[in-house]
Amino acid sequence: MAIHPKEHRIVLKYADEPGYTPKIESYLEHGGYDTLKAAFSKKPEDIRDEVKKSQLRGRGGAGFPAGVKWSLVDRKSGKPIYLVCNADESEPGTFKDRQIIHKDPHQLIEGMMISAYANDCAKAFIYIREEMPHGARILDEAILEAKGKGFCGDNICGSEYSCDLVVHRGAAAYICGEETGLIESLEGKRANPRIKPPYFPAVLGLYQCPTIVNNVETLCDVKHIMEMGADEFAKIGRPNNTGTRIWCVSGGVQRPGYYEVGQITLGELVNDICGGPLPGRSIKAIIPGGSSMKILKAEDRYKGKNPDGSEYDWGLEDIPLDYDGIAAAGSMSGSGGMMVLDDTVSIPAALANLMAFYSHESCGQCTPCREGSLWLKKITTRMVHGEARPGDVDLMKSVADQIAGRTICAFGFAVAWPVQSYIAKFEDEFREYEESLSNPDTDRTSIKELACNHG
Amino acid sequence: MNLKPETIALIEAAIPKYPEKQSAVMPLLHAIQKDIGFLSNEAAEWVANKLGIEPINVLSVITFYPFFRQHKIGKRHIRVCRTLACAMAGASKVCDKMLSEFDAELNGVSPDGEVTVEFAECLASCGSAPVMLVDDELYENLDSAKATDICNKIKAEAKNA
Repeated sequence: MAIHPKEHRIVLKYADEPGYTPKIESYLEHGGYDTLKAAFSKKPEDIRDEVKKSQLRGRGGAGFPAGVKWSLVDRKSGKPIYLVCNADESEPGTFKDRQIIHKDPHQLIEGMMISAYANDCAKAFIYIREEMPHGARILDEAILEAKGKGFCGDNICGSEYSCDLVVHRGAAAYICGEETGLIESLEGKRANPRIKPPYFPAVLGLYQCPTIVNNVETLCDVKHIMEMGADEFAKIGRPNNTGTRIWCVSGGVQRPGYYEVGQITLGELVNDICGGPLPGRSIKAIIPGGSSMKILKAEDRYKGKNPDGSEYDWGLEDIPLDYDGIAAAGSMSGSGGMMVLDDTVSIPAALANLMAFYSHESCGQCTPCREGSLWLKKITTRMVHGEARPGDVDLMKSVADQIAGRTICAFGFAVAWPVQSYIAKFEDEFREYEESLSNPDTDRTSIKELACNHG
Repeated sequence: MNLKPETIALIEAAIPKYPEKQSAVMPLLHAIQKDIGFLSNEAAEWVANKLGIEPINVLSVITFYPFFRQHKIGKRHIRVCRTLACAMAGASKVCDKMLSEFDAELNGVSPDGEVTVEFAECLASCGSAPVMLVDDELYENLDSAKATDICNKIKAEAKNA
């Protein structure tokens, strides 16, 4: 795949280079593990300071600053500290970690070993989803290679520091991407997320020990921050949105795929890099950061005030493609999984598709989420099947409002936000389903196929 | 429990990887399911005994995770992604094709015992939608014609087995 000139590849720099393989020889030929070797001449706290200074924010979803996350770790408990890489990549629309794991696994191992040394971790884990069996094998082989060369395991790079790295496979449960659910799963239990407080992973994580959970891309960025320096890293992108990000684009564009970019706009990604909508079609809406994020409507204006008092007034294409830009437009950049919905897509049917997903993936621990997600699946399904009842749209809003903020983990928001935002932006379309699509003569083949829940 | 020697080897290698034995529940269940095809109550008790925990602790894990199953499926496990990006790209028709080629019902075992076709939630390859997993292999950018080719390949492999 040719790399678009508007891309700025750091993490994926070699991933698609002809001849580049996941083997350690390829990685070493490209300067691999030099940064890890150099890290051992620094004090762990200096590495932590450098990462904090870079303003690196988590690439997994919430966008919490990684350096701050590290600074919250309880280093006085006397218990071992664990590092866990969240490779449970399951947020619909996201497929970036897959590229790193399959094509450049040693980069992740190097990033992890630097992070483990910086935080004096006793052991490190990679939690990878079950549906990436080759990824798990590639990582296992890469870890063996790294151990053979002294980049992982005992006395790393000849130092006093040792850290084992273990690959742990999930079993097809989305909730394992939630960090406390992941920890429960790693302990060999159901992945029911823990309540915070008191179970902040930085204090009471894996085996009730201080634990850091970072996304795959975040850990790779650590390697690049140490290689180029925090200041250089921060020059890519604007303050609070530093470094590159890998965006995954799917749906109604000419060139779907993964693209690593610096500071660009949403329009530059969707139109210039991805080639815009398919011929004869137009973009109706964009889900910017994975299916849990609020939808952005094509013809809307996105207005507000910047922190410095200046005003912005953007069309969809003008939105800066970073954490703060998408937040200013009322949504979130999430995991970078962007789904483009063109004018052929029925919004209620798309919602029915997602509600089947969320009701399947709710862990069942909290009643509002377990029951509410099922209600939302049932209502959206009957809507798609032409059996909507009067008041269904209001009922959906009411159910979503009762889930958001009333659950142990953020999954509740992930169920509610699509419902609340799709109805807010496309209420007419929902009302139309509610009112007129109960006509038995209506052809519902395509909307049923889009809902795709066979419910 | 009649496990293959390589399964026993996998199990013995997995347990010491973890600071606490219970963490090895999932790797053990993966190994046993791969060997036997599903996870019986006997398997749950065997794992519990191996790890020094109660059978209910193992059973609660088996029943929570969609990949762990308590029943037999076809020889090949076909999972068609159904989530939004794949659905927009025609996943429903791909799944219908897989089912009709094997005369199978969704989630059931085909009459010849060869396959079980299921819908899966997002397989994290939305840029090449629609996709499906056949056992460990991911197939991308599918349409009905490609689905037919994959079915023919599976049928040919079944004949040669």
